Amino acid sequence: MQEPLFDSVDEVVERLAGAGYLASTAVATTVFLADRLGKPLLVEGPAGVGKTELANALARATGSDLIRLQCYEGIDEARALYEWNHAKQLLRITAGRDEGWEQARDEVFSEEFLLPRPLLKAIRNPDPTVLLIDETDKADVEMEGLLLEVLGDFQVTVPELGTISARRRPFVLLTSNATRELSEALKRRCLFLHLDFPAPELERDIVTLKVPGLDARLTDSVVRVVGALRSMELRKAPSIAETVDWARTLLALGADTLDEQVVETSLGVILKYQSDHRKAAAELRLDTLLS
Amino acid sequence: MSASALPERLVEFVGSLREHGIAVGPGETVDAAAAVDVLGLADREQLRAALAATVLRRSGQRATFDSLFDLYFPVAVGSAESAGPPPADAAELREALVAALAEGDEARLRSLASAAVEEFGRYGSFGDGGSGGGAGGMRGWSAYQALDRVRPDALLNRVLTTIRADDGAFAEAVARTEARSRITRYREAVQAEARRRTAELRGRERIAHYAVPPQTDLVSFTNATRAQLAELRRTIQPLSRKLATRLATRRRRARRGQIDLRRTLRRSLATGGVPMRPAMRDRRPGRPELVLLCDMSGSVAGFAQFTLLLVQALSDQFSKIRTFAFVELTDEITGLVTAGSADPEGLARRILTQAKLTRWGMSSDYGGSLASFVDGWADAVGPRTSVLILGDGRTNGGDPNLEAVRRIAGRAKHVHWLNPEARSAWGTGDSAALEYGRVVPMHECRNLRQLTHLVTELLPG
Repeated sequence: MQEPLFDSVDEVVERLAGAGYLASTAVATTVFLADRLGKPLLVEGPAGVGKTELANALARATGSDLIRLQCYEGIDEARALYEWNHAKQLLRITAGRDEGWEQARDEVFSEEFLLPRPLLKAIRNPDPTVLLIDETDKADVEMEGLLLEVLGDFQVTVPELGTISARRRPFVLLTSNATRELSEALKRRCLFLHLDFPAPELERDIVTLKVPGLDARLTDSVVRVVGALRSMELRKAPSIAETVDWARTLLALGADTLDEQVVETSLGVILKYQSDHRKAAAELRLDTLLS
Repeated sequence: MSASALPERLVEFVGSLREHGIAVGPGETVDAAAAVDVLGLADREQLRAALAATVLRRSGQRATFDSLFDLYFPVAVGSAESAGPPPADAAELREALVAALAEGDEARLRSLASAAVEEFGRYGSFGDGGSGGGAGGMRGWSAYQALDRVRPDALLNRVLTTIRADDGAFAEAVARTEARSRITRYREAVQAEARRRTAELRGRERIAHYAVPPQTDLVSFTNATRAQLAELRRTIQPLSRKLATRLATRRRRARRGQIDLRRTLRRSLATGGVPMRPAMRDRRPGRPELVLLCDMSGSVAGFAQFTLLLVQALSDQFSKIRTFAFVELTDEITGLVTAGSADPEGLARRILTQAKLTRWGMSSDYGGSLASFVDGWADAVGPRTSVLILGDGRTNGGDPNLEAVRRIAGRAKHVHWLNPEARSAWGTGDSAALEYGRVVPMHECRNLRQLTHLVTELLPG
């Protein structure tokens, strides 16, 4: 078994913070376990809570390479695992016109003509690797079967070359927005982390970290208003990314307090639907105040 | 907890999760044990996160998990230690609570929750010489009783006066939303504390079995509490997105039809009668039309309303949706539902006030309603329409008017009846469910899980 990346949960918190990611106890504990138990980590949660960012921060914190596989509908083995460079193979065959079949065959299916895609790349990488499989729920069910094989044994079989096993087990992080239920088999092989909106204190720290120029009192108000918005039944609750955007907007606007006028003009940064906008305005009594 | 007791506790905990519908396999239990082994037991929140990571598989399970975790791995045994001296009476406790709510001090809120249970939640005889669990049936800790004395909801205005440092109606509105959600958290803390204390008294398994609320998707529509209904409504958007993806995939799969024998044969002439290229019959495109017929009388309104919202959220999956509501009469409410997606909470109220559904009372009249639907909107149902009827089929002793259902079924592509009552209750009392069930297929639809299943199964792809 290879060296674990972290010695303790506290170390996870510390090093992620060093990479610009403030992790809650739940996140840090789960990351620590995924590392220790050598299991892939499936992170599920609403958009914009920092699922992808976690992978980025992990790579930065541990000095690993980040290899990303973005899933989409119709992604297949050739895009995820490897494919043969047909054009180059043809060139090679044309170039060596007078050689025999045996020789050409051996040459053409060799390392030189193999195009490694993210999964194969991650497995073959001798350096520490964080493999991010993003939006797994967008891929088809067949893709999950492929992932099972790769993540189960950390090896890939290329018929012409033989089996390629991982030299170093990558830290695998799968993300999902839960638009589709992933298969039980895949879930069983992973540790599961539901990433939700952070507690107010944590979110305040995140905003302070990302937008250091913003006045502490204003930061506090921003987090409180966002918290209040999340407790309403909105079509899309504001995410952390949007909180940070809003804080940046306020900084740019030069606002020093958060009053109804400022909120009214900048609410579009955090709410993306007209109906949400109306509802928030009604609940926060923006309309009655401004009319 | 000693190390040797841990595996046993873990197995009990997992068993309890299973009983609440969270399937945890032995593999997961082993993972959980391995995780605990790596982490140790020193930090309770780490333990919680570790167990959650190893045994849970989807997000909706978290609330149930947390309740059970608190039971099986309690913060403390006996009365929990509190941050300050225990308050002497209800007035003092409320005073402290106002301060804690205003500050949003979670730790203090929790300690006040346990104080409330300790002081006011006790019922039955707690004599010193009490004989352990034997006569335990008569005593315990009641969250209801404690909350009844503390009345946290009545504190809202006092909390607001305390918070209001800077003025402005906007700041107040924000503070109000915050204070409300803190009060809700306080109530939950009191309930959890009462569960934990009672569990000590009467055995963990019993309490886990009876007192831990079920997962959201297994909450029955008809006896959901306000909070549970709100939670259900919150799940609509994500759920509808999930369903839409599923329906779209199915439609895409189904687009390529079966083999068209005639065209295949014709093509095969070119290859000397060998059918090299089979020709597929293309499906006729077109999304289904949907007609919803909802009983909006008191007993089933919650269910109908929820289903309406779900279907509304799925609206782009249909070419046309028309919605009708009835109590004693039927009226079209398509416009109200469309406008209602912004304000799901008030939907039922607006339907009842703005649509003409009643003549005299509020009890449903299936016979009259179905008749007025067939008479007034016969053109709503055509050969391409799928009809969903939502209701419990309780006619209050009136004429069920099976003929009307038969006529609807005769015109529509298909009709399904979703009934929020347990199958065992069909046909009892004034329920005409079995009679209706003989005319159109009737499905039990008591909770979100069943509804999800039915929506994907019944709606034509």
